[in-house]
Amino acid sequence: MRQRICVSVICGLLACTTSFAAGKGPEKEQLKLGFIKLTDMAPLAIAYEKGFFEDEGLYVTLEPQANWKVILDRVITGELDGAHMLAGQPLGASVGIGTRADVVTGFSMDLNGNAITVSNEVWALMKPAVATDEKGMPKHPIPSAALKPALEKFKSSGKSFKMAMVFPVSTHNYELRYWLAAGGISPGFYSPADVTGQTRADILISVTPPPQMPATLEAGTIHGYSVGEPWNQQAIFKGVGVPVITDYEIWKNNPEKVFGVTKAFADKYPRTHIALVKALTRAAIWLDDKNGANRKEAAQILSRPEYVGADYRVIANSMTGTFEYGRGDKRALPDFNVFFRYHANYPYYSDAIWYLTQMRRWGQIPEGKPDSWFLETAKKVYLPEVFMAAAKELIAEKKVNAADFDFTTDGFRPPTKEFIDGIEYDGRKPNAYIEKLAIGLKGQQKIEGGDVVGK
Amino acid sequence: MSSASNVKPALAAVPAPIALSGETASAAQPGPPADKQRRFPRVNAGVDAVIRALAFVGLGFLKPVVAMARGEDPRIHLRQVWLDLGAPVLAIAAFLFVWSQVSSGIQTSLGQIPGPVAVWTQAKALWADHTVQREKEAAFYERQEKRNAEKLAEDPTAETSEFKYTGKPSYVDQILTSLKTVFAGFLLATLIAVPLGILCGASKTFNAMFNPLIQVFKPVSPLAWLPIVTMVVSALYVSADPVFEKSFVNSAITVMLCSLWTTVINTAVGVASIDKDLLNVAKVLQLKKSTQLTKLVLPSALPYIFTGMRLSLGVGWMVLIAAEMLAQNPGLGKFVWDEFQNGSSESLSKIMVAVFTIGIIGFLLDRVMLTLQNAFTYGNTR
Repeated sequence: MRQRICVSVICGLLACTTSFAAGKGPEKEQLKLGFIKLTDMAPLAIAYEKGFFEDEGLYVTLEPQANWKVILDRVITGELDGAHMLAGQPLGASVGIGTRADVVTGFSMDLNGNAITVSNEVWALMKPAVATDEKGMPKHPIPSAALKPALEKFKSSGKSFKMAMVFPVSTHNYELRYWLAAGGISPGFYSPADVTGQTRADILISVTPPPQMPATLEAGTIHGYSVGEPWNQQAIFKGVGVPVITDYEIWKNNPEKVFGVTKAFADKYPRTHIALVKALTRAAIWLDDKNGANRKEAAQILSRPEYVGADYRVIANSMTGTFEYGRGDKRALPDFNVFFRYHANYPYYSDAIWYLTQMRRWGQIPEGKPDSWFLETAKKVYLPEVFMAAAKELIAEKKVNAADFDFTTDGFRPPTKEFIDGIEYDGRKPNAYIEKLAIGLKGQQKIEGGDVVGK
Repeated sequence: MSSASNVKPALAAVPAPIALSGETASAAQPGPPADKQRRFPRVNAGVDAVIRALAFVGLGFLKPVVAMARGEDPRIHLRQVWLDLGAPVLAIAAFLFVWSQVSSGIQTSLGQIPGPVAVWTQAKALWADHTVQREKEAAFYERQEKRNAEKLAEDPTAETSEFKYTGKPSYVDQILTSLKTVFAGFLLATLIAVPLGILCGASKTFNAMFNPLIQVFKPVSPLAWLPIVTMVVSALYVSADPVFEKSFVNSAITVMLCSLWTTVINTAVGVASIDKDLLNVAKVLQLKKSTQLTKLVLPSALPYIFTGMRLSLGVGWMVLIAAEMLAQNPGLGKFVWDEFQNGSSESLSKIMVAVFTIGIIGFLLDRVMLTLQNAFTYGNTR
């Protein structure tokens, strides 16, 4: 402990010198940032509403965007200076899945915050297979194996079982696939010949923009979806579906959204980039401050039409430490939305590498890569140095506590087994991790003619 | 110029302009009682002017009211009042009643379909939000000024910033953005369509060349144009500090592409159907081609051109909402889209407010064009 304080004091002193050396205002002051109507855009809304952007001399306009593709494209073309992005988007763009572009991030916006919802029809079929506790309530977490009766029923009546997620490189896609595969259900492979990712799939997974999920589920076009809040809680309020599992139970404290800018922007406006990260860090602290005392106000702000716009009670349901699985099945889930705690904002290489392993696992990266490639790619996209520079300035300005920041890390979270299937993940050994996952591409395996070939 | 007979069949589907502008005409206009006319000549002249002006701007339905107000025999006017005012008001009342009855019976996942009261409440809420936004804007500028003053106090040579308000656009701002966009698109469309139409009307060859293209492009939906426009604009419109937002350019060009065609077709018909005697006279007088164009062709084609423009603006306004939804241009289309995405219990009411706003503005735009059409049209074709 003492050692840690020493380290942070030294770093604080260092920060003073560096920040005075570079102590100029941001190069670009007027900025337009994009977001998708999800509760985890909160750091942007709070940084705006609480004046944190203006404190850094930034004049920011926030603009909701139609879908994740639009957000990425508009950041790349420069219509947006930066945006709320899926953690997989900068990585996917850098690897060249879909649009190829150099997008980087110096700020991870939050942990957790997603869930998987199924339609009432599917829930009725699942229910007999779900274990219950002594009160007759379903036992969480519900394994995906409980879906099997529903799959059989659909198969025997000649229908295909369809689920939706929000984007091919979204956290939601990988979480949904992870959950399904952990229960022995194949979610399907991507390949250069099949960009829909439905090769050898038991469940057909496709893309739907987050806010349209409940309506699409209600229309019967899909039978379940994986999405961020408030769109799972919305399903309960509208009575169209039942959330069965949260991503917190699939992978405890998984990284979720990042704040993405183009590499060109980061290179051209380094001071602006750091100023943005500073404002967002203060917003993240505000959101998690005082044991979540500010969350109600945050939910109020987010329910305004210019931000998320859903009803307050829907947003508050997941923002204030609870989560409602089926109607009336409301459980305490204090870590469902984490904005700052557990070093949520530090862009860990190990987080980036986990997403890369899943891209490889499901064939979005069609060929095997050496461990070194995973680290190189992560380092290209994740910029902890930007986050730390911002943290040091905030510490020097006495706006934050030095003890809240991790100055000892080398960019890797410690290996963890906190997945639904208990398989250990170590970011330093991505290929060894991929080998351990039962369903998925390994080594030099490829999809050819609709089949897994090679080893 | 003799191509008229060939042009017409291909373009026969276009409604004749006279049919459209006919609303201003023919209700019987009995004058004021003779004794009053004698006593108050100036007042009467004034009232007549008001009546003419009302008819001119397309508010002819107020005529009988004005006439009765100066004491004309109500019996003559009552039937007209019933047709022009009573019947529409009754229909609107019936509509509101049926709406409120039906809406309470439909349960959507966003709650009940809002009735007139809920929509009116949201309309007021949007106005209240507009005033709040204006206050926030003022506060923003105050803070900016203060910050600039501090900067200058610290270092007199420092650069100060003058930035526009960064908050969200209010509903009124969004309406203005939509209007700006539709007029930009409409202006572009007119600048291209009128010369093109004149060429097509004046020359058989040109008409044969362009007619197939016009017929093919005319029915294309804005939703089909937009992706292409977006790609082309982002490829060609590259600038570090653009004067116009890309989303604005995309929407305006899409509006242009969709609203172009009716003006082209009507202009062509107008030019082609010029009176042959006039052209013969021009030949006899050996007028230059340019003089023919400005003194004969354009004046006689003007009613057609304006009808075309009026239809174009209508199409443009209709198309704009779809274009804004997709291009994310911060106007009414984006408002509807965002509210749909919000999915809150107020969303449907707000979308209804937008539906009425769009309808009423569309109606007013049409009236404005009608007024312009009347102002620029000579003679009895008005």
